[in-house]
Amino acid sequence: MGRVALGVVSERITPEAVAKVAKLARLSLSDDELQQATHQLSDMLDHFADIDALDLDGVEPMTHPTPISNVMREDIEMDCLDRDEVLAAAPAAQDGRFRVPPVVGLED
Amino acid sequence: MPTNSDRQGLPAGVADISWNVRNNVTSAADVLERHLAAIDAREGDIHAFNIVLADEARLRAAEIDEAVAAGRDPGPLAGVPIALKDNMCTRGIPTTCSSRILDGWRPPYDATVVTKLHEAGAIVVGKTNLDEFAMGSSTENSAFGATRNPRDITRVPGGSSGGSAAAVAAGFAAASLGSDTGGSIRQPAALCGVVGVKPTYGAVSRYGLVAFASSLDQIGPFANSVGDAALVLEAISGHDQMDSTSIRRGPFEVSRQLDMGVAGLRIGRIADLPEGASPDVAARLDEAFDALRDAGAEIVDVEVPAFGYGLTAYYLIAPAEASSNLARYDGVRFGHRVEAPDTNAMYMATRTDGFGAEVKRRIMLGTYALSAGYYDAYYGRALKVRRRIAADFAAAYASADVLLTPASPTVAFRLGDKTADPMSMYLCDTYTIPSNLTGDPAMSVPFGTGDDGLPVGIQILAPALEESRMFRTAAELERRAPK
Repeated sequence: MGRVALGVVSERITPEAVAKVAKLARLSLSDDELQQATHQLSDMLDHFADIDALDLDGVEPMTHPTPISNVMREDIEMDCLDRDEVLAAAPAAQDGRFRVPPVVGLED
Repeated sequence: MPTNSDRQGLPAGVADISWNVRNNVTSAADVLERHLAAIDAREGDIHAFNIVLADEARLRAAEIDEAVAAGRDPGPLAGVPIALKDNMCTRGIPTTCSSRILDGWRPPYDATVVTKLHEAGAIVVGKTNLDEFAMGSSTENSAFGATRNPRDITRVPGGSSGGSAAAVAAGFAAASLGSDTGGSIRQPAALCGVVGVKPTYGAVSRYGLVAFASSLDQIGPFANSVGDAALVLEAISGHDQMDSTSIRRGPFEVSRQLDMGVAGLRIGRIADLPEGASPDVAARLDEAFDALRDAGAEIVDVEVPAFGYGLTAYYLIAPAEASSNLARYDGVRFGHRVEAPDTNAMYMATRTDGFGAEVKRRIMLGTYALSAGYYDAYYGRALKVRRRIAADFAAAYASADVLLTPASPTVAFRLGDKTADPMSMYLCDTYTIPSNLTGDPAMSVPFGTGDDGLPVGIQILAPALEESRMFRTAAELERRAPK
């Protein structure tokens, strides 16, 4: 037992790290929001450091409550969602497709 | 004929309504109008609903009454008014998750539970308020404003399925559906004084449930009695090929076992349960053990050493899964978009504008837990803790058939009490989280009152697919609950 060498769970998160995470998650934060988020995430990570005390060597990670395996079914034709109905629920559609602004060429 | 209509001032429950409608004693239309009248009278104070579907419900009630008149059986939930948490897809009807980012979105299909309720003869009366994307424990994190507890409107109803719990407690619907990712059915059930059930993971199809944390999410019922909750669970459970995690088995049959009692059942008391329950709640838990002992059960002490680490494991795993699931809200396929010159700017503007503070916090926490350099320390270790917790519960169930804990550490708290400190809100989930990590079933049943006369809920936990013994215990507690 004892604290695991990794130890990073209790390391405090920096505003720079929060800014990077926000960018990865496609969220933009004001300076105030960044400070507040840093403070709150820091508090949480302090609390979550309780698992540092556990010796987890050799424990198999559990990604799912039940053992899951690939699910197969007969290859038969079935109804799928109606295209027009799906597109009607989108913010913008054109020619039977989702319409988006330019993907390349505008950002540095 | 079933009777559970002794609840003062509330319309009859699920069992009474379906019996009366099927036997042409009452019309579905009359039943519906009584519930709509209750909504008219108190919804302004409670705000349980994001949308009330009065017109659709009236058409549906007329269909059911026509079926009965023609000698056809509408099904086991004939004419039962049911409210749906607004994170379950309803074809052509707005499904918002109480988020602005889904503004204007109308799903092109029904969730499997919605189809099953329809086939059972139920009537959907409305879509209920929730913490945005089911992230919260008070229903204050809604883009459309908080829901209030019908027992005391200065208090929260709990969350995230607070609207569904409040709708049942206020008599707006005979039953409702919620989703439970870390306690989001059981905690609001406890705070509102109703029954709330989180079934075994995979027992109820998640097809059409807007995903929060896919390895933890599970749909379940709220009702005013254990028997009513059993009837709804029976109607919505069973295999569904549209959900690849659905368990290959038929619907539950728990109703017929409710009168079996608990003689011979081994009820586990968790000796090393994390502290935090307030004295009033702890006292009711002690009385619940006494009541079950009086009923012939054996009380045994068990240990679940890793129980207390569940909170940390959960608040790393659930946000990690959420950060991935919520990546789909990018302004392309659903609802809301903020226009911008290029796609990346459009994603950023849409998500920044569309998500509320708690959802952003969890997306960032999850993104961090999954990011390069931190994955092993956070997400990876959390998954190992999850395995440890599951192993501890499996060991405890070798000597106990079910376990009892509080559902919530306290009775309903006041609006605004915990909104400034996210960590204090997360601690509400201490006792409910482990069942989501393991996938095992758990439910909350009202058992007396605590401080300020507010309801206390006792949580019953059972091994996977052992809903029968969980419901037997719940029914006994209901029979022996302090009046």
